[in-house]
Amino acid sequence: MKKDIIIAGVGGQGILSIAAVIDLAAIKNKLFVKQAEVHGMSQRGGAVQTHLRISDQPIFSDLISKGKADLIISIEPMESLRYLEFLKPDGWVVSNINPIKNISNYPDTDKILNEINHLPYSILADADTLAKQAGSIKASNMVLLGVASEFFGIDYALLKKSITEIFGRKGEDIIQMNLRALEAGRQEALKVIDI
Amino acid sequence: MEEKILLLGAEAIAQGAIDAGISGIYAYPGTPSTEITEYVQRSKEAKKRNIHSTWSANEKTAYEAALGMAYAGKRAMVCMKHVGLNVAADAFINSAITGTNGGLIVTVADDPSMHSSQNEQDSRFYGKFAMIPVLEPSSQQEAYDAVHLGFELSEKVKLPVMLRITTRLSHSRAGIKRKNIKNQNILGFPGKRNQFILLPANARIQYQELIDKQPDLEEIAEHSVLNKSSIKNSSGLGVITFGIAYNYLMEVVSENNLYINILKIGQYPLPKKMTQSFIEKCSKVLVLEEGYPVYEELLRGFWEFSGPVRIHGRLDGTIPRTGELNPDIVRAALDIEKNEPHPGSTLVAGRPPELCQGCSHRDLYTELNEALKDVNEKHVFSDIGCYTLGALPPYDAINTCVDMGASVTMAKGAADAGLRPSVAVIGDSTFTHSGITGLLDAVNDKSAVTIIISDNATTAMTGGQDSPGFGRLYDICLGVGVEKEHLRVMEPLKKNFEMNVKVLKEEIAYEGVSVVISNRECIQTLTRKKRAQNKSEIVK
Ligand SMILES: Cc1ncc(C[n+]2csc(CCOP(=O)(O)OP(=O)(O)O)c2C)c(N)n1
Repeated sequence: MKKDIIIAGVGGQGILSIAAVIDLAAIKNKLFVKQAEVHGMSQRGGAVQTHLRISDQPIFSDLISKGKADLIISIEPMESLRYLEFLKPDGWVVSNINPIKNISNYPDTDKILNEINHLPYSILADADTLAKQAGSIKASNMVLLGVASEFFGIDYALLKKSITEIFGRKGEDIIQMNLRALEAGRQEALKVIDI
Repeated sequence: MEEKILLLGAEAIAQGAIDAGISGIYAYPGTPSTEITEYVQRSKEAKKRNIHSTWSANEKTAYEAALGMAYAGKRAMVCMKHVGLNVAADAFINSAITGTNGGLIVTVADDPSMHSSQNEQDSRFYGKFAMIPVLEPSSQQEAYDAVHLGFELSEKVKLPVMLRITTRLSHSRAGIKRKNIKNQNILGFPGKRNQFILLPANARIQYQELIDKQPDLEEIAEHSVLNKSSIKNSSGLGVITFGIAYNYLMEVVSENNLYINILKIGQYPLPKKMTQSFIEKCSKVLVLEEGYPVYEELLRGFWEFSGPVRIHGRLDGTIPRTGELNPDIVRAALDIEKNEPHPGSTLVAGRPPELCQGCSHRDLYTELNEALKDVNEKHVFSDIGCYTLGALPPYDAINTCVDMGASVTMAKGAADAGLRPSVAVIGDSTFTHSGITGLLDAVNDKSAVTIIISDNATTAMTGGQDSPGFGRLYDICLGVGVEKEHLRVMEPLKKNFEMNVKVLKEEIAYEGVSVVISNRECIQTLTRKKRAQNKSEIVK
């Protein structure tokens, strides 16, 4: 078992929380984990990404090779396209539909969504709306994790346990909200996969 | 302690230092080294063991404090980013001459590809320059273990040891197995009266000792667990990897079942015997260094093409001359067919970092641009921090960013050359790091400069660490000799716009040293504090 995952977004959107949940679940599953993050300058509203690798064999490189990623999870649609070079031919892209337009030359959103839709394996989700329904727009990262949860081979119950542990300090309400967001995302994925 | 804990490379080093029995960690923040000290600051174990971990004003003060702790017999670690070692270089080079008493590790985090830095200098040069042992782990676990090894080595050879890491190792997480935690050393002083008194007569003796230690250091490296030669194919291709380059090579080797000779180097000075016997068994050699071609150049030698074995690497274009390595670069260097990657999207636009909404630097730059609107030669000298983003649109407000503190002194030099007005913008933490001495120069010369301290009450760029001169900048400037009438304080808010532009215009017109402290808290730290406050109110 070996999964190479790129998680993308804009600084401040919470990609590291997605990574933390998968990391913990993988460690509990006795898998090897490597996860390269971006700290520093680009966290100020710039493009951020993390390379997350899990495997039942020791992992050497902290970075994923071009054309080898099984999955791209993106909290922002244009950011999902930034890393396409890393995607395997049969890799999945899971992305939010809601753009962050903090640059003046942000491309046409419809064109972006259209390009994602035309990838061989992709799911677009309105993570912001689903997160709001779950309790807060801040949980849109967990919605996307829920959508992606069908693709990286870690038991769903373990993911829920990791969320409970990671958000534990923030109280029961926050845990429940994040679990609702996760589940809402998962249902989105099941809709697509069932067809 | 059986269970693995998931840590960043930086955190693994911090945990390693706690477990190896340090009594103090000293540092000034700098990406990608900041998380080492922050981890110790958060650690309950460190608190229980009373380990010193507050921030220093700059890398030089940090280095010297660590050296002082080691003088007193205890184990100390000092951490910095690569350019920080330039600031600490005087202390660093001379500490190799004094040698140490308690164990001393200087952890330096290099930033190849310049993700968050002005350059990609390679600290291994400094290691060679100082003639001390350098450890360069390839993985997070090796980094953890290298701290233990480094302290033992430092106390054995009585020298500071450099632990060199790079961005990827520092900012990547992996599972770490801990060792048993060691007791701290007890207070104990150097046995030799003159060891730390570098008067020329003593210094010559100490320097000779350092030279005499070199064969020992090399011999130790020959047997280090961090150095390993593996011959799979006698008279075939050999690859010499340094530090994390080993991982990128092994990624490609394991994926393609390659049978090649590999020399893994993680401890310097370079083990000459091991390296020579490795090269002799290869038909050609590829050198993979995460940084400058420091050892490639050495291996090529002066007559690079006369040897029987061809050396390839960054200097002949087999590997790109600049930037960090990755598995794709290694694959290309080994002539392995590339995966057919997706061509990428043509829609993607760049998304550079920006000043936060509500950031005080934004208001200052709006005011400053207005104050300088009618100036012919508008040159604003600036510095390093979040406020450097004022170089980008929509502000385009500054003309320089060179090294910490250079705004003040460059503005002074340009004023001496005749530039009017000569304006500097510097952050609060940068000012106390290296701006105060420059201000003293300007005051002594009565230079016609206006120094604007954009004081957001924190070291924001690196994540909001304490600012060493917090609440005391006004008194510091006064103490340095800035005239009271030309030491102004303002709050950068939209409602104060006109008033602040007037203050700036007045001080810019002054033919002498003026300082404007533009003071409003960083929006990030403010939000964090409010959130914490709300939470504690709910708990009440
Ligand atoms: C010698 C050196 N040490 C550390 C750094 C890393 N560094 C860059 S900016 C910065 C913080 C500057 O803080 P401040 O001047 O208060 O500005 P702010 O980011 O808060 O706006 C640090 C620590 C560096 N570039 N060079």
